[in-house]
Amino acid sequence: MTKQYTCGASSISFQEPVFIQSCASVTGQKEGDGPLGSCFDMICPDPMFGASTWEAAESTMQKEAATLAIGKAGLKPADIRLLFVGDLLAQTAASSFGAAGMGIPFYGLFSACSTMGEALSLSALCIAAGYGEHILCATSSHFCSAEKEFRFPLGYGNQRPLSATWTVTGAGACVLGSQPPLPASGKSRPLRCGHSCIAITGLTTGRLVDYGLKDSMNMGGCMAPAACDTIHQNFLDFHRTPADYDAIFTGDLGAVGQKILIDLLYQKGYDICSCHQDCGILIYDSQKQDTHSGGSGCGCAASVLSSYILPGLLAGKWKRILFVPTGALLSKVSFNEGDTIPGIAHAVVIEKYEITS
Amino acid sequence: MTSEKKQQQYEKYVKQITPTHSLGLNMLKAFLTGGLICMFGQLILHYAYSLGLDRESAGSWCSLILILISVLLTGLNLYSKIGRFAGAGSLVPITGFANSVAASAIEYKVEGHVFGIGCKIFTIAGPVILYGILSSWFLGLIYYLLKIMGVLS
Repeated sequence: MTKQYTCGASSISFQEPVFIQSCASVTGQKEGDGPLGSCFDMICPDPMFGASTWEAAESTMQKEAATLAIGKAGLKPADIRLLFVGDLLAQTAASSFGAAGMGIPFYGLFSACSTMGEALSLSALCIAAGYGEHILCATSSHFCSAEKEFRFPLGYGNQRPLSATWTVTGAGACVLGSQPPLPASGKSRPLRCGHSCIAITGLTTGRLVDYGLKDSMNMGGCMAPAACDTIHQNFLDFHRTPADYDAIFTGDLGAVGQKILIDLLYQKGYDICSCHQDCGILIYDSQKQDTHSGGSGCGCAASVLSSYILPGLLAGKWKRILFVPTGALLSKVSFNEGDTIPGIAHAVVIEKYEITS
Repeated sequence: MTSEKKQQQYEKYVKQITPTHSLGLNMLKAFLTGGLICMFGQLILHYAYSLGLDRESAGSWCSLILILISVLLTGLNLYSKIGRFAGAGSLVPITGFANSVAASAIEYKVEGHVFGIGCKIFTIAGPVILYGILSSWFLGLIYYLLKIMGVLS
């Protein structure tokens, strides 16, 4: 019988750490003007990214992030064994016309805005199981293609409710590997500083959680219960408390969802008030940038992870964090047919790791 | 507690903590912008009368000019900014209708002239047209019946 490495009801604790070798982020101008502007690898002032449609723009941006990440790891596309890539467009078109075109064996994913959590989880599982030396995961979202897909044409003059979030124009990519990255040489910029590097040490896979909300303009409210469930499960499975994490980053709950999450976890007996941060809140200045509740989209968690969280871990800002991208699993059809909006969240434990050789 | 009750309770809680636009302020903004648009229309109308046009032609000119301006502003990406400020104030007048049609045409142009613009130009305005015609038909029927019954002459 195969040996099991599961931990608790829905987590996995890796025997050997899975190393994040490099990461890269590409965003649009609005994100570049935000509080994290100086952290991104590339900010493109042209919302079309040189393409002629919004969808092609997103694909271009995603491919750019993937290429950058591979380059920063000091690798070539041929060195990457598998791709786990996703986006928000119907049939994940941005990925099919984006990173999938790099000629690397490709798995397209959809888990709404939590796709980066799904991609990281699956990549880490494959690395740990020995199914690849290097695996790339990336996700993207584009404000304009998302508005077109889910809401109204851009030129339509309507008012957004204050609970609404702003889809991030951005892409994030990470290269995962079974070995620590080699020190920087030439043009490579791996996630390694002396003997320090970054590793994924555990996962908690999210369950679908549906509290019956139907308001697609209040995604925070739809996803917060899922984030609560996954984080709570992570605490139980790993026998941890909020004090064991220096920070817990959710994907795109926004200001409304953050409050709900903190309240819900408090009811379960956990106070994450002091260590909780939300990528959607971090990426914009909601007062100056008129983004209301915060940023969203699968590019939100991915670009904040690659620009702020992972470099911050390496710099010693935190030692162990929980990265919990959150997604609202609705479609235009399910919404119009009156279905509820179920949420999902996948948690990834990421730690600073010292190489001892 | 039943799941339905739990659901309602959560919904109530979310509603309670979700910030909303100030209704009074929004109504004021809508009133001012909508009022300005209508006042501008009235100006066109009066100017047309002063040129000697009859009521019907003056009305047509007024609508046409408002629609033209709205479409131009949509193309210049300014109407969405007005809409963000004014809400229903810029949505309800004829300019809002023109905006919804022009915005769709611009957005779906890349999907082709038939399946893009052709199929999707009325994505937002379609329901207004359909139910506008339906309700005017219904009112016409009432008018006709009242006339037969001799209530209206």
